[in-house]
Amino acid sequence: MAASVAACSGPQRVLDPAGPQAEHIARLATFLFVTAGIVCAIVFAALALSVQNGRRRADRGEAPDETPDGERRRGRAIGLAAAATTVVLFVYLVAAVRTGRALAWTAEGGPTERAGPPGAPPGLPPERGPFPGGAPLTVEVTGRQWWWEMKYDDPTPSRMLTTANELHIPVGRPVRIVTQSYDVIHSFWVPKLHGKQDMIPGYKNVLWLRADRPGVYRGQCAEYCGHQHAHMAFDVIAESPAEFARWYESQLAPSAPPTDSSAQHGQTVFMSNACIMCHAIGGTPAASRVGPDLTHLASRRTLAAGTLPNTRGHLAGWIVDPQGIKPGARMPSNQLTPDDLNALLDYLRSLK
Amino acid sequence: MSDEGRGTRDEPDSVAVLDAPGAPPALPEAQEETVHDRLERVWRDEPGFWGWVTSVNHKRIALRYIITAFVFFILGGIEAAMMRAQLARPENGLIGPDLYNQLFTVHGSTMMFLFAVPIVEAMGLYFVPLMIGTRNVAFPRLNAYGYWTYLIGGALLYVALFTNTGPDQGWFSYVPLAGPEYAPGKRVDVWAQMVTFTEIAAIVGGIEIIVTTFKQRAPGMSLNRVPLFVWAMVVMSFMVLFAMPWVATASTLFLAMDRLIGTHFFNVAEGGDALLWQHLFWFFGHPEVYIIFIPALGMVSSIVATFTSRPVFGYTAMTLSLVATGFLSFGLWVHHMFATPLPQLGLSFFTASSAMITLPTGVQIFCWLATIWAGRARFATPLLFVVGFVVLFVFGGMTGLMLAAVPLDLQITDTFFVPGHIHYVLLGGMVFPLFGAFYYWFPKITGRMLSDRAGKVQFWFLFAGVNVAFFPMLMLGFAGMPRRVYTYLPEMGWGGLNFTATLGAALIALGVVIFLANVAWALRNGRLAGADPWGGDTLEWATSSPPPDYNFAHIPIVRGRAALWAAGHELPVVTGLREDRREVLVTTMLDAMPDSRHEAPEPTVGPLLAALATGVAFTVGIFTVWGFFIGGLLLYPALLVWAWPRGKKPREHEVIEVPE
Repeated sequence: MAASVAACSGPQRVLDPAGPQAEHIARLATFLFVTAGIVCAIVFAALALSVQNGRRRADRGEAPDETPDGERRRGRAIGLAAAATTVVLFVYLVAAVRTGRALAWTAEGGPTERAGPPGAPPGLPPERGPFPGGAPLTVEVTGRQWWWEMKYDDPTPSRMLTTANELHIPVGRPVRIVTQSYDVIHSFWVPKLHGKQDMIPGYKNVLWLRADRPGVYRGQCAEYCGHQHAHMAFDVIAESPAEFARWYESQLAPSAPPTDSSAQHGQTVFMSNACIMCHAIGGTPAASRVGPDLTHLASRRTLAAGTLPNTRGHLAGWIVDPQGIKPGARMPSNQLTPDDLNALLDYLRSLK
Repeated sequence: MSDEGRGTRDEPDSVAVLDAPGAPPALPEAQEETVHDRLERVWRDEPGFWGWVTSVNHKRIALRYIITAFVFFILGGIEAAMMRAQLARPENGLIGPDLYNQLFTVHGSTMMFLFAVPIVEAMGLYFVPLMIGTRNVAFPRLNAYGYWTYLIGGALLYVALFTNTGPDQGWFSYVPLAGPEYAPGKRVDVWAQMVTFTEIAAIVGGIEIIVTTFKQRAPGMSLNRVPLFVWAMVVMSFMVLFAMPWVATASTLFLAMDRLIGTHFFNVAEGGDALLWQHLFWFFGHPEVYIIFIPALGMVSSIVATFTSRPVFGYTAMTLSLVATGFLSFGLWVHHMFATPLPQLGLSFFTASSAMITLPTGVQIFCWLATIWAGRARFATPLLFVVGFVVLFVFGGMTGLMLAAVPLDLQITDTFFVPGHIHYVLLGGMVFPLFGAFYYWFPKITGRMLSDRAGKVQFWFLFAGVNVAFFPMLMLGFAGMPRRVYTYLPEMGWGGLNFTATLGAALIALGVVIFLANVAWALRNGRLAGADPWGGDTLEWATSSPPPDYNFAHIPIVRGRAALWAAGHELPVVTGLREDRREVLVTTMLDAMPDSRHEAPEPTVGPLLAALATGVAFTVGIFTVWGFFIGGLLLYPALLVWAWPRGKKPREHEVIEVPE
C-alpha cells in the first residue's frame, strides 16, 4: 500500500490534500484502505485454510464431512462471520456519514472543525458554525465545451470579474464555488482541494473549499462531456491574500491599449477577423461571450483549458490550427498571413 | 428443511401419468430403443438450413446465444485492447478522440448488453430445462424470437461502428450530451435502438426461465429442492423483468422521442430535466450488474458442490441471500449519482443500502468456504476459477465499498478507479465463474472434455492479467486520472501505470486465446466425456452428452435436493408421456406434483419473421417515425405464420389425477 500511495504522484493526487475538505476525504480513504486490507487478509486466510482442508481430505481419499455436528459447527462459524461483517459495515457507515457531515456546508454554516482523538474514524462532531476562515469568496464557475468560465461575485457590480480557465483564490479564506453548465454535463474537480461537483444544465450547485497552503492545484473536468473531455482542465492558484488582491485589481482593469505599432496592427487583425465573433477583450469593442474572455490572456499559465503552456509559439499554433491540437474544439482554424499573425501575437501577448 | 432435501419422505419410484391415447404404456427398459427413436423423430429439427432457421430447441438456441455473445465478448475485448494501446503512453497519436469515444462507448455497450446479460441468460436457457428435468422451455418460439432480435440488435451496433457511425456518448448516454442538440447525426439513435433489441431479448429470456422453472419441474422437485443454479436464474429473471423496462422507457421512449419527434423530456430549456435520465438509467443500470452477477453465483454453487462431492452448505441461507441480493440491488442506483445535486441525507441512505447488500453476498462466500472446508476438494480447472473468483471478487467488493462512501466517491468517481473496480467485480465476479462454468459444462454441451492443463494455464494468465491491468487503474484513480479521456499530458505522471495496465490487457488477451485454442482442440481431440464426467448432483448429468433433442427419454423423478446423489444408481422416472408428438409434463408450482400434459410447439419460421419485422420497426425507426408503423404492419403476417395451426388436431390439456 505504501508503494501505491508513493506511485500516486502528480498534480492531481487525491491523497495529497491542500485544504480541509480534501483532507477529511484523504483520512477516510486511509481508514478504508486499512479496513479493507484487514478484511481481505482475513477472507483470503479463511479461503486458504478451506482449500487446504478440502484438498487434504481429497488427497487422503476421505469422504466429505456432512455430519450434523460438523454442519452445526459450520453454521455457527458462518453466523459469527456474518455478525462480524455487520459490525465492520456499521463502523464503515459511521465513518462515511461523519465525513460526509464534515464536508456539508451551507451559507449559514456547518459542523465546526475540531480534530478528533488520534485513531478515531474520520469525521467531526456536528456543531454548527460558519466555514472557518472569514468571509467567503463566491465564484461562479460555468462548464462549457471544453473550457471553464470563472465569474467572481462582488456586491459592487463593477467589481465583478470574469476570466477563464484559471481560478485564483486567497489562502486560508473559504471559497464558495457556485457551479453550473452552459451546455452538457461537466464536473468541477480539484483533487487536492475537494471532491467533484457535477455541473448539470438547469441546476446550480455549491461547493465549499479552502486552500491552506499556497500552490498551483490542477483541476480537470470529470464528467464525460464529448470530444475534448480529455482537454478540459484549469489551474487553481492559491496565493497570499495580498497577492490575490493585487491579482484581482489587475484583472479588473480593462486591457491596456497597444503601444507599439505591431501590437496596434494586431488589434486591428483581431477586430477584423473571426476572433471578435467569439471573444471579449475588456476596453475594446470585442464583447462576445461565446469563447473565453481574453482581456488578460497573457497573464494566464495555460492555453486551451490547460492543454498548452502559454507561450508565444503555442499561441501561434493554437490560433492557426486549433483543430490539430484539440480536434473537435469549438474554435475554427484561422488563415492569417505571417505578418498578420505576428502582429496578432504581439497584441495578444501584450494583454497582461 | 434439510431433512426434506435428503429425500427421507416415502415417495413412489415412478409416477405413471394417465394413459395417453396412441402411447401404449410400457416398461421403459423393454422398449428403450424404440422410445429413443420415436422421441428423436418427434423432437428433431429438419436437417439443413430450414431446420436451422426454424428450430425452437432450447439447447440449439441457447448455444447460438452463447457463441454469439462470446463473439461479442471478443469484439469488445478488441476494442479494449485498442483503447489500452492508445493510453499506453501520454499524448499518443494512435487513435483520435472521435474513434476513441466510439470505442469506449461500444466496448461498454457490447460487454453489458451484448455479452454479459445474453450469455448468462443463455446459460440459463440451456441448463435450466436440463436441471429441472423437462424437454424444452415453456415458450420455445418466443425463445427463438428473443435470439433473433438480439442478433439483429448486435449486428446493428457493429454495422454502425464499422461505418463510423458508432455511438460516442458513453454507454450511459447522459443527456444533454446524447440529446438532439449536442449529438446530431444517428449515432445515439443506433445506441438507443440497440438497447431496445437487447431489452426485448432479455425480457423474453427472463419470462422463459421463470415460467419453465415454475411449471415444468420434474415431479418431486419441490421448490425447496430446486438447484441453486436454477434459483439464481429465477432471481436474475425477475430482476430483468423489473429493471429492463426502465432503460427501455428512458432510451426507446423518452430519448428516442426527444431526438426523433422533438419531445422535451430532457430539454432543460423547455422544462425537461437532465437528471431524470440518470435516475431512469441507473434504476436499470445498478440492478444490471447484479443481473450479470447473480447467475454467476449459481454457476459457482454448481461447481462447488460437484468438486467437493457434497451439497453446498446452507441451502436456505444461500437461496434467501440470492433473493435478498435481488431486492436490495434495486435500492442502490443513486450511488452512481453522488456528485449530482441531491440532498445529503438521501445520499447517506444509499451508502447504507450499498453496505447492506454486502451481507448476503458475504454469507454466500462464507457458505462456499465452509463447503470447500468440509468437502473433498478436487482442484480441476472449474474449482480453480471459483477460488480466483473469491479472491478477485472480495477485493473488488472492497473497492466497491470505497465508492459507496459518499465523501470518498466524490474524489474517485469518474476516475480510473471506477473502471478498475468494475473490472475487478465483473471479470472476477462474472467472467471467472463463467469460464469455470465453460470448463464444467463443455463436456455436457459437446460430449468432449476441454484440456484441464490448458485450463489451468489459461486461469493463471487471466488471474495475473486482471491484477496487472486493473490494480494500476485503481491507483490511477487516486492519482487523479479521469476516465473516458483519449489522452493525457506527460507531466501528469500517469504514463507508467497506464503502460502497466496495457501489459495486463495483453495477458488477459493471451488467456482468452488459450481458451479458444483449447476449445478448437477439444472439439476434435478432447477425451470423450460420457454422461457424467464429474460426478455431478443435478439432473443434466443424468442424460447423455450432448443431450438428445428431447433431453430425457423419460422424465426423471426427484427424491432429494441433490437429485442424482439422492437417487443412488436408480433414477425413478415418469412414464406415459406421449412419444408421437411433442409433449411436456406440467407440474404444480410449489410441490412439483404432476398436473397436466402440455403439447409443446413445433419448429416454425414465424419467430424469425417476427424478429425481422421488429428489426424493420426499430432500425427504420432510427430515421423516420414511420418505421414503427411499417414494422408494426409487417409484424401481423409474421405472427400469423408463428401461430398457424399445422393440420394436427389441437388437443385439450389433459389434467392428471394424482392418486392420493
